[in-house]
Amino acid sequence: MKPAAVGYARAGDVQEAVALLSQHGTDAKVLAGGQSLVPLMSFRLARPSVLVDLNRVGSLDYVRDEGTSLLVGAMARQRDVETSPLVAEAAPLLAEALRHVGHVTNRNRGTVGGSLAHADPAAELPTLVTGLGGELLVEGPAGPRSIAAENFFVGPFTTAMEYNEVLTAVRLPRLPAGTGVAVEQLARRHGDLAMVGVVAAVHLGPDGSVDLVRLAASGVGPVPVRLHAAEAVLVGAPPTDEAIDDAAATVAAAVRPPDDIHAPGSYRRDMAGLLLKRAVKTAIQRSEASA
Amino acid sequence: MNDKQSVSTTINGHVYTADCEPRLTLADFIRHQCGLTGTHLGCEHGVCGACTIMVDGRTARACLMLAVQADGCTITTVEGMADGDRLTPLQEAFWNNHGLQCGFCTPGMLMCATELLESNPDPTATEVRERLSGNLCRCTGYDSIVTSVLDAAEKQRS
Repeated sequence: MKPAAVGYARAGDVQEAVALLSQHGTDAKVLAGGQSLVPLMSFRLARPSVLVDLNRVGSLDYVRDEGTSLLVGAMARQRDVETSPLVAEAAPLLAEALRHVGHVTNRNRGTVGGSLAHADPAAELPTLVTGLGGELLVEGPAGPRSIAAENFFVGPFTTAMEYNEVLTAVRLPRLPAGTGVAVEQLARRHGDLAMVGVVAAVHLGPDGSVDLVRLAASGVGPVPVRLHAAEAVLVGAPPTDEAIDDAAATVAAAVRPPDDIHAPGSYRRDMAGLLLKRAVKTAIQRSEASA
Repeated sequence: MNDKQSVSTTINGHVYTADCEPRLTLADFIRHQCGLTGTHLGCEHGVCGACTIMVDGRTARACLMLAVQADGCTITTVEGMADGDRLTPLQEAFWNNHGLQCGFCTPGMLMCATELLESNPDPTATEVRERLSGNLCRCTGYDSIVTSVLDAAEKQRS
């Protein structure tokens, strides 16, 4: 349980990180909070040649209000974001999802960008960013570019970033005041990565019907899945049990989880539908409570 | 670049300086380079919580940090909690309530409970359990640990 020999370079800013990644090639790896990468190195499942440490790049540690959206720096610590009053107000689903990421001690060091760049299809933050239709800001030798969440996650632990690009921030659309949010998961133990998870945000219009809904599932395939069909059933509908059941019934066709050591695919698929019902009901209750 | 790098950290008020391979974890640095064996290593991959320490005032798992990352940091380990023979109220409460049996998980439990009580001086038993859920006790003495933390909270409030 000791990492293999590895090189180490501390980046002072994003440009230096990009230069170091370009210099050291595809076997170099960015080190952010280290809560996933370091255990992988200890198991020797990851054997990077060089670690490019972003922990002293203070310019990536921020949460910024952009009016219609919220910008979270890649090196913002998960615990800081979880407890940020700005996040609670502008992106409550982010705070809710973060409470399910590991334990407080992990979140003290773990970063928002690190979790997104790690791209675990079972993890909360990639699912949340997929569900909200977020935007990932990356920077490489050619300068900055932005990638929509649906194009960012391309496979398990694989993103659309080039080897010498650094994730610098994630932009999340601001949810209207009164939006109810919920995260429902099936996990063996508190703090574990969930076998299946659903994130939900629901806003009710003046007539009491659903006028905004965002739904995504984790643990149901190689990447997080936005549940468009379920959203389409709910939007414009009154928030009744029947509408929620109809929405959940679309999940079976939307996801095709594989069988694995933890659960058969059919079980994950059924659980995704069940968790969707729970998440939507909780989100509706919270939306009504805040109205 | 795989060469040893100089690391200088302040641990429990003392400055420790050593040349480290980048692959050396902070936990091994603390135990072997600094001789502070109060920080225990269980799983070495961030699951058991035994190696939890304070880095710049917040809990961190020492097996998930590299020693080179701690250069310039201020660290507290379990050895730095008591003032000489005077235990902290939390340590005292662990003693009084049988909060430890073999003692292996205790340093990590103390660190996480200390951080909890700093931000929440009056936690419920559920909140204590949730906060300590990342720390495994191989004696399964969780009940006494929770009782200890609640007792310490009560004594600190009075």
